[in-house]
Amino acid sequence: MSWKKALIPLACVPLIILLAYGFRTDPKAIPSPLVEKAAPGFRIAIYDGDDLFLAGLKGKPVVLNFWASWCYPACYEEAPLLEATWRKYKEQGLMMVGVDIQDKEANAREFMGRFGFTFPNGPDPGSKISIDYGVYGVPETFFIDRQGRITYKHVGGLTAELMEEQVRAILKER
Amino acid sequence: MGLHRRRPGRPGGTATRRRGRWALALLACLSLLMPLTILAEAPSPPKAEAGSSSPDMDDRVRDVASELRCVVCQNLSVADSPSDLAKEMRNLIRELLQQGKSREEIKAYFVSRYGEFVLLEPPKRGFNLLVWGLPFAALLVGAGGVYLVAKRWTERGHQAAPPLDPAYAERVRRELKEREGPSGS
Repeated sequence: MSWKKALIPLACVPLIILLAYGFRTDPKAIPSPLVEKAAPGFRIAIYDGDDLFLAGLKGKPVVLNFWASWCYPACYEEAPLLEATWRKYKEQGLMMVGVDIQDKEANAREFMGRFGFTFPNGPDPGSKISIDYGVYGVPETFFIDRQGRITYKHVGGLTAELMEEQVRAILKER
Repeated sequence: MGLHRRRPGRPGGTATRRRGRWALALLACLSLLMPLTILAEAPSPPKAEAGSSSPDMDDRVRDVASELRCVVCQNLSVADSPSDLAKEMRNLIRELLQQGKSREEIKAYFVSRYGEFVLLEPPKRGFNLLVWGLPFAALLVGAGGVYLVAKRWTERGHQAAPPLDPAYAERVRRELKEREGPSGS
C-alpha cells in the first residue's frame, strides 16, 4: 500500500515543475522572432531631410530606436543617451535612426529640439515600420549589425551599460 | 386608422399646444443630455476605418483581426481594440487582403513579426498542447477517481458482516438470558 501513498506527492511533481516554469517566466518579456534574422527593410522620410532606406545603410551597424514625444518618462530618460551614443560612435561608422511613432509633428519637433537630436529621425505614418518590426510599445531599440541582421532587441528605456555593450558588439562584427 | 391627428380649431387646442410645447422642451433637454450618455457608455467596437471598400471587406478584415491579439491591450483582439496600433493593424490587414493575401498568410506575417504571442488562440502543437490537453486529462483523471471511489463504496455496502467470535456470541446469549430471566418470571 505504500506505493499508493507515494502517488500523491508524485502527482504533485509535474504541477510543481509547471508552476516553477510559470513563475520564473516574465509574462511581459516576449521574445522577438526577429532577433538573429535579417532586419526588415524600410524607407523613412527624415524630418528636414531626404528619404532614408535601410538597404542604403548596408555595411554599417545601425541602432534603430522607436520613440514618441508622448512616451513619458521612458523616452525622455533615454533620449540624451541616444544622442550621446550617436556623437560618440558616428565617426566609427555607427548609424542611428529614430522612428517617431503615432505622434504629432509639432510635438515630435519639440522633443527633438529639447534633446538636440542630430541623428536622422522620421515619422512612421500608418505604423508600417513599427508593425514590421513587431513593436508593441515605446521605447524599443533594435541593434543591427553590418550584415543587416538584428542582433538584439530591447524593450523599454536603455541603460548606458547596455547601450555601450550592444553598440560595441555590432561595431566589432565585420 | 390607429393614427390620431390633431384637428385645427378644436376646443381645448391651447391646452394641447401647451402640452406640445412642454414635450418639445423635454425633447430638447433630452437631446442635450444625449452626448453625455454616449460619452458615459463603454467604448463600442471600432467601426470600419476610413477607406473601407465594402461590407464584405469589412467582414473579412474583422474576421482576421479577431484572431490577432492587440499587443498593447489586455486580452483584446485587434478587431475589438480602440487603440491606435490596433487601428493601424486593421488598416494593414485590409491592405494585405486587397493585395490578395489569404487569412493564413496574414496571420503568418504577424507571427513572423510578433511571435505566436500575437495569436489569441495558441496553435495546437508542442508545449501549447498542454494548454489544450490538460483540462481534458484532468477531467479524465477526476472521472476515474470518482468511479474508483464509488466502486469501493458500493462494494463495501454489499460485503457480508464478519463472522462473530463464537465465545463472544455465547457470552451475549448468556447475558441476555440472565436479563430476561428475572423479568420474564
